[in-house]
Amino acid sequence: MPNNAITANRLLDGFVIYLTADGRWSEHLSDAAVAATESELSALQATAERHAREGRVIGPYVFAVEVGGDGPLPLGQRETLRTLGPSVRTDLGYQAARS
Amino acid sequence: MYRYDEFDRTFVTQRVEQFREQVARRIGGELSEDEFKPLRLTNGLYLQLHAYMLRVAIPYGTLSSRQLRQLAYIAMRYDRGYGHFTTRQNIQFNWPTLGDVPDILTALAEVEMHAIQTSGNVIRNTTADATAGVAGDEVADSRIYCELIRQWSTLHPEFSFLPRKFKIAVTGSGKDRAVTAAHDIGLRMKRDADGGIGFEVLVGGGQGRTPILAVTVRDFLPEQHLLSYLEAILRVYNQLGRRDNIYKARIKILVRETGTAEFARLVEEEWAQIRDGELTLPEGEVERIRAYFAPPPYETLDDACPELEAQRAGNRAFDAWVRSNVEAHKQPGYAVATVSLKPHGGIPGDATTEQMDAVALIADRFGFGEIRVTYKQNLLLPDLRKRDLFEVWRALAAAGLATANSHRVTDIIACPGLDYCNLANARSIPIAQMISTRFADLEREQEIGNVTINISGCINACAHHHVANIGILGVDKKGKEFYQVTLGGAADETAAIGDVVGPAFDEDEIVGAVETVVDVYLAERRDAAEPFIDTYRRIGIKPFKEKLYAAR
Amino acid sequence: MPLVKNGAVAQDPWTAVATAEELDRSGPILVPLALWREHRDRLAGRAGPVGIRLASNESPALIADDLDRLDLVALEFPKFTDGRAYSYARLLRERHGFTGEVRAVGNVLRDQLAFMLRCGFDAVEADARAAEGWQASTTAFSAWYQPAADGSAPIPARRRYATARSAAAVVRSEPVRPARQPDPVELAVCAATWAY
Repeated sequence: MPNNAITANRLLDGFVIYLTADGRWSEHLSDAAVAATESELSALQATAERHAREGRVIGPYVFAVEVGGDGPLPLGQRETLRTLGPSVRTDLGYQAARS
Repeated sequence: MYRYDEFDRTFVTQRVEQFREQVARRIGGELSEDEFKPLRLTNGLYLQLHAYMLRVAIPYGTLSSRQLRQLAYIAMRYDRGYGHFTTRQNIQFNWPTLGDVPDILTALAEVEMHAIQTSGNVIRNTTADATAGVAGDEVADSRIYCELIRQWSTLHPEFSFLPRKFKIAVTGSGKDRAVTAAHDIGLRMKRDADGGIGFEVLVGGGQGRTPILAVTVRDFLPEQHLLSYLEAILRVYNQLGRRDNIYKARIKILVRETGTAEFARLVEEEWAQIRDGELTLPEGEVERIRAYFAPPPYETLDDACPELEAQRAGNRAFDAWVRSNVEAHKQPGYAVATVSLKPHGGIPGDATTEQMDAVALIADRFGFGEIRVTYKQNLLLPDLRKRDLFEVWRALAAAGLATANSHRVTDIIACPGLDYCNLANARSIPIAQMISTRFADLEREQEIGNVTINISGCINACAHHHVANIGILGVDKKGKEFYQVTLGGAADETAAIGDVVGPAFDEDEIVGAVETVVDVYLAERRDAAEPFIDTYRRIGIKPFKEKLYAAR
Repeated sequence: MPLVKNGAVAQDPWTAVATAEELDRSGPILVPLALWREHRDRLAGRAGPVGIRLASNESPALIADDLDRLDLVALEFPKFTDGRAYSYARLLRERHGFTGEVRAVGNVLRDQLAFMLRCGFDAVEADARAAEGWQASTTAFSAWYQPAADGSAPIPARRRYATARSAAAVVRSEPVRPARQPDPVELAVCAATWAY
């Protein structure tokens, strides 16, 4: 099974967030909990769905990551864009905020 | 243009307060996302890839300078300094926070604007030809009827949970500049033998997964029956439209599966019960709305303008802009100018706060304070004196809004695509930018002439690629972006769905493919007066296929 | 199930009945359409009140001739997004003149109540939360743009009334200007210059 992580959008501003190992939500993919097994993934999903029901986050879903030296990286293009912001406006989105 | 009265102002204010309360209940945890979603959608609030997105209605694409300034202010105060104009004459803000949205709606209400029903399975913004009221070939100003439809459809209690979204367009002219053939209901204004105004009613147009052109269900509907007839159509759709599969839920599927004749019969049967009732427009009601759209105080001018001719002769860039971006006006001495939001290499349809303010200022100084939003994601200044065009052009150029490419190869319609949109499979904006950069040569653009290129980032076809001369659909194949090309679509009164030309191209190939298509056109056209679409209709798809796939 | 009727939580006197065996029970009974069709004569001749429950794909046209025998029509919302019953309710009231109770059953949201009331529903099978929202729903808007089943004067009619009232207080002296018809020659000139 590939490695997976969970992402969602934050209620108040709609921003992209990632579920961490201690049940928080971070704006940084590097903080995301990575599930390597089915049971790890189920546990993460249960937390995410509970938080969604409680109204803290919107639309959590699972996405595949590869784990490298710099932490998890998304395999899909959509999730890559979610970590960066619009490719056509690199002055907006997260890469701008960090630079 | 239409001005709110006390009833309209009260309504919009109450709507904002209702949504403010609903947002508070959502944030407080009383409403789940599932319960809140339909409520926020009917206030135009989407959740997109990176953030919320608010779609603000610009009824039939008409704005006052005061309204445009307010949109500029909202972009600056609540967003990231820009907005995006859409193919349905709306504006989208890409970065509002949930908490700010009620305040944004309050700011909109202050200038008689709203975001009601710009999303959701409801009747959306009714669109019109952006030159309504100033084009010389109209039966009447279609915006009058759009305003009547707008009011009737606003928070309609019976039609707020339709099987799917519902879009209506109205054209006032035999030349369809409102893409009526691709709408759920298209209304084409005409006169009967006695000169009375009415509509040819078309139903069931739509793009997306199953592109279909609308069919005529009634040849002539007298104007006083407009709303009752629409009610009959919507009632039939609400009851019989499919609800089992979202890809089969639009009215186009119902019309196709029922058959045009039977569908028309169902509508007429329902209409027979409600015509001549409360929805009949009383005598004088059309006149009352028409008064809002009375022509501004035009000066009496000669149509000939030697000043303009001299300026054109003396400035090639200005001359090019007049040739591509300026159209005739029905009032002698006046002209209509397209404000291009398609700078070469830029993002189609985006305008910054500064640019919106600049256009508002120009509209005040040189027009009558009115601006239009076009189907092609551009703006338009509808009432300019010919002798002011040079000054207008210079002012636009200073704001980066004077690209001389209206209707040309770089006047590309692109949806936000995977850069912004949750539904997308591929990015569309970078493709538009690359194509635009490749053809960024004024002389070459003029040489090529009028051609429409539309790029959609997914099957939902928000960029209307099916009805483009050159349509591009972004698809995802095993995680990589590919681009499928269709040719020969048309969005006017000769409406046609484009033909798929062959296997898709990747990001590195697509621009070259578009260039090849254009080269084939240039080689095969009879003369410079034969536009792309005419050449395509004459020679067919084969010559394009051959050149595009010669190497394969 | 708790019932919200006329703005308050109410006792529901109706019993939903699913099988032929239960048809003899006393008190008001609510039967699905299929059962009504199977035992129509027996139910139509019944001493006590009868109601029919319609699924979202069952139009009131199917029971138009039976309405004078019914005290209740319940319209189903399998999902709150299924809006068919809004049309059904209006047809019951405006087309068929039904004056009994029209009840919404199934998946309904509090924020839909205003639309339901306008379409002719007068009862909703819901919980106390909905009752609270009932008041808010009915007072959120003071006027609406289109006529519906609730008899509320739509905004265009209110405008005409307001204009007529103020006009009655003013003596008109200016002549009314007739609407201008375009001159055919003018139209032809415009069409010719349009191809710029």
